Formats: sequence, C-alpha cells, structure tokens
Amino acid sequence: MKFLEYQVKERFRAAGVPVPDGRLARTPDEAALAAGALGPIAVKAQVPVGGRGKAGGIKLASTPADAKRVAGEILGMTIKGYTVKEVLCETAQEITRELYLGLTLDRDARKPVLILSAQGGMEIEEVAETHPEAIAKLHPDPWRGPLPFEVRDLIFRAGLGPLQSQLTPLVVKLYALARTYDALTIEINPLALTRDGGLVAADGKLEIDENAMFRHKDLHGADDSEEDPLEAEAKRRKLTYVRLDGSIGVIGNGAGLVMNTLDLVQREGGRAANFLDIGGGAKAEVVHSALELLASDAHVKGILINIFGGITRGDEVAHGIIDATRDLGLTLPLVVRMTGTREEEGRQLLEEAGITPAASATAAARRIVELSSGSAR
Amino acid sequence: MSILLTRESRVIVQGLTGREGSFHTEQMKAYGTNVVAGVSPGKAGTTHLGLPVFDTVAQAKLKTGADVSGIFVPAPFAADAIMEAAAAGIGLIVCITEGIPLYDMVRARAFVVDAGVKLIGPNCPGLATSGEAKVGIIPNHITTAGSVGIVSRSGTLTYEVIQGLSQAGVGQTTSVGIGGDPILGLSFSEVLRLFKDDSATRAVVMIGEIGGSDEEAAAEQVIGRGFGKPVIGFISGRTAPPGKRMGHAGAIISGNTGTAASKLQALTRAGAQVCDTIEEVVAAAGAAVGQPSSAAHR
Repeated sequence: MKFLEYQVKERFRAAGVPVPDGRLARTPDEAALAAGALGPIAVKAQVPVGGRGKAGGIKLASTPADAKRVAGEILGMTIKGYTVKEVLCETAQEITRELYLGLTLDRDARKPVLILSAQGGMEIEEVAETHPEAIAKLHPDPWRGPLPFEVRDLIFRAGLGPLQSQLTPLVVKLYALARTYDALTIEINPLALTRDGGLVAADGKLEIDENAMFRHKDLHGADDSEEDPLEAEAKRRKLTYVRLDGSIGVIGNGAGLVMNTLDLVQREGGRAANFLDIGGGAKAEVVHSALELLASDAHVKGILINIFGGITRGDEVAHGIIDATRDLGLTLPLVVRMTGTREEEGRQLLEEAGITPAASATAAARRIVELSSGSAR
Repeated sequence: MSILLTRESRVIVQGLTGREGSFHTEQMKAYGTNVVAGVSPGKAGTTHLGLPVFDTVAQAKLKTGADVSGIFVPAPFAADAIMEAAAAGIGLIVCITEGIPLYDMVRARAFVVDAGVKLIGPNCPGLATSGEAKVGIIPNHITTAGSVGIVSRSGTLTYEVIQGLSQAGVGQTTSVGIGGDPILGLSFSEVLRLFKDDSATRAVVMIGEIGGSDEEAAAEQVIGRGFGKPVIGFISGRTAPPGKRMGHAGAIISGNTGTAASKLQALTRAGAQVCDTIEEVVAAAGAAVGQPSSAAHR
C-alpha cells in the first residue's frame, strides 16, 4: 500500500519528525485561504507517483491570489495517469542543503538497510550509480534496531558529522516508523537543512508490505481507483495480476511458472496480455474469477491456462474452468495444460466437458498462439 | 546418498491438523517419509492421521527424536513457528507458508542463523529426495531416484523439471525449492555447496528467476570456483517488464539489478550450461549424466 505525501507527513508529525506547516486544499479558494494563513507557500500535487516537480505539479505562490491561480492550474492536471484532486499547501522553506534519509529491505543482506546521503533531492538510485561513495548504509540488527553509536557512525560516514546531534534522533525515529508500519520503503527526500539551521522533511514516501496488511486494517492509503481498471478489478478479486501489452491471456499457478509461460508465448511468436498467478491451493471459484477477469479484457484474443499442481489440485481447477466457460458463454480460444496433483481427475473432467488438455507447456503455448492469430483450423 | 533429507529423517508437521497440513502429510506418508508426529497448540494427547499430536515442538522433539519439521502454519503465525522449531533444535526447517510479513521473516532468519540450523523457504514447495522422503508439496508421482540434483526458486518450475527428467528416464538425488520471497533461508549458493559435496549427485539443475542477485552470487562464488560437476542453468521471467512485481515478492527488476540478462551472463561466465526452455534443461541434464538425449523427447 502506498500513501500520499500529506498522509505520510501526518505520520511523520505524529512521530516527532519535523515537517513544514501545511494544509490540504481541494479547491483554488482553499489554497488561497492556506496562503493567507501561512504566508508564501509551495502548492504540491498529491499523487502516488514520483516526478511531480518535472510534470509541473509543484509551484510556489507568494500571495493568496498567486496561490489561487497556481492551485487552479495544478488541480485537475493528470500526472502519470493520476488526476490531481488535492494539493498540499506548505510554508515555503528556505533550503540551504538537501539530504537523503531512507530505509528499505536489502534482500542480499536479508536485513533492513538505513541509507543516508549528503546528496539528497534526486533519485537515490542515480546517486548510488554515479557517486556510490556519497551513500552511507547501516544494516541494523532486526531484533534490537540501530544503536546510537551505530547511527553516529552512519552519520560520520555520510560526511554529516556537524549535524550529528540533530540527525541521530531522526534516524532512530525513522526506523521506529518503519517497524510500526511494516514499511518496505520509507523515505525523507529531501531532508532539508533550512536557513535557520533546522532539519525538516520536505517530502516523504511510505510503502507498506502487503503481507503485513492484516496488522494495519485501520490504515487508508492513496486512492488507487485510477490505476489500470483491470488491475484495480484484479485487486478486488484478490488475484495477483499484472497487465502487459499483448493479446494472449495467461493464467497459471506459481509465479515462476507463469513467468515462464509468458516467455514461452513470446518464443512461439505471441505476446501475453497479462501475468495472472492464481497462487497455491486455488479453489474452483478462484479459477472462475480469473477467467471472468480475462474474458472482460477486450485486448484478450485467446486464453492459455497452465497448471502444475503441487498444493493446487487438478480437479478443483477443472471445475473452475468448466463452470466459467459455461457461465460466461466463453467463445475465445482456450488452451489448457494441466499436470501434477490430481491430474488424472482434472484431465478426465476437462475431457468430459470437451476440453482436450495440451501435452506440454510448450505445446500449449504454440497452440494458443496459432489459435488466437487465426492461422489454425 | 542425497542432501538434507533421507528415509531415516524423523519428520514432524507444524500445523498438522489444518486443511493443507492434513492433505500434504498424507501425501508425505504415502511417499515414504518417516513422519513421526504433528504439532498443533492445544491439541496435545490427540492423534491425527494416526500420528501423535503435541502442543509444542520441544515436546514433539523430546518424545519422538524428530530432526526435521515441515511448517504449514498460516502466514501471521508462520515466523513464530519457524523460530519455535529452531529454538527446539530442529536441524532442518521447511516452511511452505506463503505471504509472511517481511519484517517477521527478517527476524526469523536472524534467529535461525543464530541457532545454527537450516531453513528452507518460506513460500516454497519444500524438498524431495527421490524415492526416499519428501517434506512439502512436491507431487509424489513425478520423482524418480537418480543422480541429478535440482535447486530452484520457483515451486511449479521445480515440478516441471522433475517431471521432465523422470519422463526422459533421468532420475534425481534431491530436489530443493528454496522459495520465491526476498528474505529466504538457504540460498542457491548454500544448496549448491551441499550438492558439490554429495557423491551421488553427478549434475545439478539450477532454476532461477528475475529479481535480486542470488543467482549471480552463486555463479561467482560457487559455480565459477571449481564446482567439479556440470551445472545446467535456467532463468524465468526473461520477457517480464522492469518495475512490475511478477507475483513472487522477490521477482521484480529494479534499476540495473535483477535482470534475466545479468543472471544468464553470470551463469555462462561461471561455466554453467544455460538453457532457453525446460525441455532443453531436461535434455542437457540427461546428457550430463550419460542418458541418451533422444530419451528427453517423449
């Protein structure tokens, strides 16, 4: 789950991480009121994607009239597919230096990693690429978290020793926030040093581990209803789905197998319309729901189902396929490859329903590419 | 010989009485696995599938001498189950559960490393020593005893390779699915080292996928340093677009890391034979252990 800047900053403020004074505005008049109360402000589009500044989604306003005008320009803009419905109006900061502070999971180290850099303000991946020496990292012990001396060492390695007394508590607070929210990523970028010598979180990012959402049922993140409508619908159906740009709908069980099925379709000269993993142990209803989703996609010209049952059972999958083709009156070409647990029962059910399973994944990919390009008889 | 698991291994199942735990324990027993007990808190003193049930792993180990545990516990409780097994001194822990919060796994992994025991998974199919024993969910009927070792990040592709090999008349020593999560127990490198030292394993199939850099690390640190046996490599997700998470939490190409190209290159440089399809993998593994390659085409 992702959050908008103002939602992240509410959590920063509650945790004692300094943020600029700000107000959320949904109309140009509300932005003018904010400028009246706060003085010169930055008007910032609230969308759950990066690159707002370059897209013209962040503008300065020195008077309420200015604020009304720029908010009018920003509200309603489309940034990377998201319509701007809200702007955050924040006291303009006199920034003398931009730092970076963040935490993510380092899969190679199998630990969280705190990252601090004196070169903030831009994409940290770019800094890591061009100036790796400008980035300091700390892998805190996952049981006790970062100790003060480790944090001081991180700060000195980042070349930020003079800011040590202000930075140390910030690093500790950011780590605590990451733990509280099961953050896959939490970032303050830029972490701004202001003319009066204070540090303030000028922008913030937070993404929560989907696996941990059962611990955060009360949280509401960014509205994702403007995502790709099929991806949004898949999310409602609790299906692991990614839209791709081809015409062959793919359903399989297990991420590796589905990825390999996409590769096979491409090898045979087709392009997959999606990645859809029904996961382990899927019941007939899940298969039904997956077929229904793909059948609603106008780009899909044929559907390939590739199942190798371990925890998934062939008969369950077969029931789902048979029920869905009947209920949906499915006329698209459909190729099924099924093997593994309860394979015999599943194949028998399919054959009784007039669906002949393919002999192998490669054969199935070849067949669906032929059928959906109209070259097969 | 084989690695990690034999017919003598004494196996307990955590989450025995649940739907998946029950179904797959029956399969494990049918395969020949020496399952000795189950653990379901609050159900001590009962029996399930003819097995004694204990409240804790420590009790089960004390009474049965178990040395392996298979975990079929729901995600919110699975990391705790892993640590309970490690604290009880279970030497090999196999966690099938999918969807464990990553911070839970980061802690559980550190705990397991401190305890000096081995963890396979989570979010994995487990392992099978062909013809002897299996812990997890690899389908029973696809394995055949032989001399090819398999290590894979993807569950279902593990099955593809095992079945393909068996149909071509090429048997396996042990097949290990290490799991598709970013935070795992045993890595490719660790499993490859075990195969290197196993005299019965004459060739190894390694099935990787996009995301992370474990495949590259294994290529550079193990395969490229005098492995002494043929390694046949395969990477899935070659056509996956960058920035999209492909189901496995670990399968995402971000920046310049995790691409199929980088993994294929590292494997080739280390001297592994890299294949484009599972059929090619099967043929190459058959050839490596001296099976006629025509047998690979059914």
